[in-house]
Amino acid sequence: MLSVEHVSKVYETRRGPHKVFEDISFTLQRSRNLGILGRNGAGKSTMIRLISGAERPTTGRIRRGMRVSWPLAFAGAFAGNLTGLDNLKFICRVYGIDYKPLVPFIEDFTELGSFFREPVMHYSHGMMTRLAFALSMAIEFDCFLIDEAMIVGDARFHQRCHYELFQKRKDRAFILVSHDVNAIKTYCENAVVLHDGRLFAFPNVDAAYAFYLQTLANKPEVIEQWQM
Amino acid sequence: MATTGELSFFRSLAIQFRVLHALLMRELITRYGRDNLGVLWMVGEPMIFTLGVTALWSAAGLSHGGTGIPIVAFAVTGYSSVLMWRNATSQCSAGIEQNKPLLFHRSVLIIDVFLTRIALEVVGASSSFIFLSFFFIFIGWMPVPDNLLLVLAGWFMLAWFGSSLALLVGGGTAFSPLVHRLWHPIAYLLFPLSGAAFMVEWMPKKFQELLLYLPMVHGVELLRHGYFGSVVRTHYDIGYMAECCLVLTLCGLYVVREASRRVEF
Repeated sequence: MLSVEHVSKVYETRRGPHKVFEDISFTLQRSRNLGILGRNGAGKSTMIRLISGAERPTTGRIRRGMRVSWPLAFAGAFAGNLTGLDNLKFICRVYGIDYKPLVPFIEDFTELGSFFREPVMHYSHGMMTRLAFALSMAIEFDCFLIDEAMIVGDARFHQRCHYELFQKRKDRAFILVSHDVNAIKTYCENAVVLHDGRLFAFPNVDAAYAFYLQTLANKPEVIEQWQM
Repeated sequence: MATTGELSFFRSLAIQFRVLHALLMRELITRYGRDNLGVLWMVGEPMIFTLGVTALWSAAGLSHGGTGIPIVAFAVTGYSSVLMWRNATSQCSAGIEQNKPLLFHRSVLIIDVFLTRIALEVVGASSSFIFLSFFFIFIGWMPVPDNLLLVLAGWFMLAWFGSSLALLVGGGTAFSPLVHRLWHPIAYLLFPLSGAAFMVEWMPKKFQELLLYLPMVHGVELLRHGYFGSVVRTHYDIGYMAECCLVLTLCGLYVVREASRRVEF
């Protein structure tokens, strides 16, 4: 089980402390999933970073009773003069597995051809994303963190991601953050909304969606009602 | 990994080693690349520095106070010691900024990034020192060390000092970017005071006392005592240097631990 317990995150800014969110709690069981909806700047990516462990909460704690992935398709850790293969080796060394059996899958999925053995700095954005996604599939996690905004590609790429993630690994837990309700409606069994530094829980995705629409329309009086 | 992550000591140790191995291999390629000499630059770079300084000091005929120390040996022992405390610290002062995205892999911690960089610098500077010494001894420009054990002791102390300083400065950069900014001028100003280009004995008595507050001066003096034996009078107090290193190490480890709470993206 993954549990987020009374988590707050505060950043120091030039105008003093900025609270991204305060006292947020939720849990996620194995093999279950959760969508997190939120407008731009609501703190969705911050939440993903906290859950992944790259950043620490200011207060509260996050307990990971299962293997939680890094944000899917995260390409930020690529160094320009490492090749695709170097990056695969690096990740396999960190997680203590043998890289060789994975090479065929990575080559097939990324369709990089000979570029797999070229430095990443010569890659296009699409090639980078395909490699990053494939590397996320190389390690078997119990729970995937998915920031929908990071997975940008053509229809074929999306189809293949869909197959790898939601068909081949449909027994895994995941957290999907997005500002687009379609993705969440398609993949998630339940959803919460991040708004104004707080987390709003709902009995089902439709209720979350209805509330999310209100936050988009920015109607404070409606939002107040929900806070009761 | 079934429960909350209370790992046994040996499992943690295994993870520690595999993370350091992964980072080492990565750092070697990102820093030195595969073209031309590749990872040999790890030794080549400090060697070129040392050779350059040796050539300059020889040409300038640096004053020795008539002690009869061969200038080449003096430069090699001096500049190699500077590399020991300066390079690891400079590398670590940029370590967090350059490796922050790796923290998304949960077993990679800031201390791993620092340990990797320190190891690379210590190994590089040591190999350069050993290689140059062998070369110059072979062609007869440098004497054979008088007491190898003292040389090793001095080298070890300098490595300890450099490593602890690197942890402190590297961790400090998470608190304020000023630490990174200020490190370079400080390193530049410390170089002439570090004992690399002089022997403490050559300095006026009053100035000697002040110089000996700097821990690395003791390390260089010890190294040279080992190398030249009684040709020159050396001044050092290893107890004092060890105390400084111990304090630096503890502060460094504390700061690095705090740094991992402070890293932001």
